[in-house]
Amino acid sequence: MNTTSLNLRAALVSLLLLAVFLGVWQIASQSPAGAGTTSAATLSADELEYAKMMGKDPGAAKATGFPGPAEVARTSWKHLSDPFYDKGPNDKGIGIQLAHSLGRVALGFLLAMVVAIPLGFLIGMSPLMQKAFNPFIQVLKPISPLAWMPLALYTLKDSGVSGIFVIFICSVWPMMINTAFGVASVKRDWLNVALTLEVSPLRKALQVILPAAAPTILTGMRISMGIAWLVIVAAEMLVGGTGIGYFVWNEWNNLSLTNVIFAVLVIGVVGMLLDLGFAQAQKAVTYVE
Amino acid sequence: MNGFLKVEQLAKAFQADKPVFADVSFGIAKGEFVCIIGHSGCGKTTILNVLAGLDTASHGHAFMDGREIAGPSLERGVVFQGHALMPWLSVRKNIEFAVKSRWPDMRRAELDQHVEKFVALVGLSAAIEKKPSQLSGGMKQRVGIARAFAIQPKMLLLDEPFGALDALTRGTIQDELMTIVRQTQQTVFMITHDVDEAILLADRILLMSNGAEVNGHYKPGGLAETVSNPLPRSRTRAQLHHLDGYYELRNHIVDFLVSRAKAH
Repeated sequence: MNTTSLNLRAALVSLLLLAVFLGVWQIASQSPAGAGTTSAATLSADELEYAKMMGKDPGAAKATGFPGPAEVARTSWKHLSDPFYDKGPNDKGIGIQLAHSLGRVALGFLLAMVVAIPLGFLIGMSPLMQKAFNPFIQVLKPISPLAWMPLALYTLKDSGVSGIFVIFICSVWPMMINTAFGVASVKRDWLNVALTLEVSPLRKALQVILPAAAPTILTGMRISMGIAWLVIVAAEMLVGGTGIGYFVWNEWNNLSLTNVIFAVLVIGVVGMLLDLGFAQAQKAVTYVE
Repeated sequence: MNGFLKVEQLAKAFQADKPVFADVSFGIAKGEFVCIIGHSGCGKTTILNVLAGLDTASHGHAFMDGREIAGPSLERGVVFQGHALMPWLSVRKNIEFAVKSRWPDMRRAELDQHVEKFVALVGLSAAIEKKPSQLSGGMKQRVGIARAFAIQPKMLLLDEPFGALDALTRGTIQDELMTIVRQTQQTVFMITHDVDEAILLADRILLMSNGAEVNGHYKPGGLAETVSNPLPRSRTRAQLHHLDGYYELRNHIVDFLVSRAKAH
């Protein structure tokens, strides 16, 4: 009862915030964009022609201004109602662009899992390996994934594969560090139980250490996914071709701020959904002691 | 000293010149229940861990059934101080994990039956599908005991299993443990801090002293005395303090713990 009323009140405040935001946006975007331009009526035909050639078409002042919420909503509806059209390299539906981005993220992320989780196990189980790997991890971790891009492009010779590599390299560290931490902090008691029961190393790894460390590993995966989704947009802006990041860049070149705003919203919503998915998975493996 | 379990001149030193305990020798006969009592830090848990194969001694040897103990084994079941149940598994799965370790090829029906039998033994049939977090401290410790019994080891090692329980729960589980041990003729080595617990359960009580500086030179801890329990084996918790010899035994042990266990 109490929580429902709290949720209800929170939802009301959220709606209020949204209304305020949309209102301010609407008012801000309505103010005249071209304050310096003279009105079309006072210009002669020649002057008008000249102004147009200079990119200062007084009649088009509205079109170059910042789009209001209604316009963005209309454009969003248009995009969402036909998400999978493909009219050549620079004009694809938002669904196709998203699929490209998600595909890259998934591939890079899976590769990172394949490397980070076993390696994290090794580091977590062996203090020697922990010490040996630590300097490398400490140096490699803070490198912006995009800094790898030139090296990736040169060695991999393919922009798509380079994008996947960049996702791999940014996802791998949080997963590896968290896996190692989770494995290293498995309770001594549980390991002793496995020891006294003469459990084989593989069974111990899969049935004792993995479930014990699973919540920590999933936290690492969740952080990795968050970073991967941040990075894919930037990476696709650089490599171009397809994807939601490229879409943003392309629409910026088209000077269609409406489409850019729409894309920004989509990026946010998809990022939230990915995070929610991992939160659910985390919940599924969490145990109460 | 012709026992099923034999410990010979066991010593453990974390600092080479100051062993925690030294020259610990004792034996346990098959079917015997032996308790070890001593203050914290005297090395009781280390001795138990050596017997479990989880720790190694600095000096000396331990043998079970004529073979030297050189690592953990399914022949020795261990009940840990902090129950050590895996919190992501239900009671059933926790015990099943142990049973599968012992008999990897056991068939499903037999496995279920075996697990259920040992859960019933500690009176937890109703809670078999629950996770440890849904159980009380006493129930968790019961599951730990059931898990140790379920692999039908040759010997049971209990590391102060009831230390964290309240007095009432402890009494009930002590009774249960005694019943099961008497039924199964299990050989048991148990650490305890509780004098009455030792008198109730043990056939023999080992008294351990702490290491200390005596007249300027260090004297390691060790077995100070072995006390045989003269009370009839059919004793129960309820009538324990009415038995002849109970107070003499109790006073003897308490006196030891108060005045002799720690050389001040």
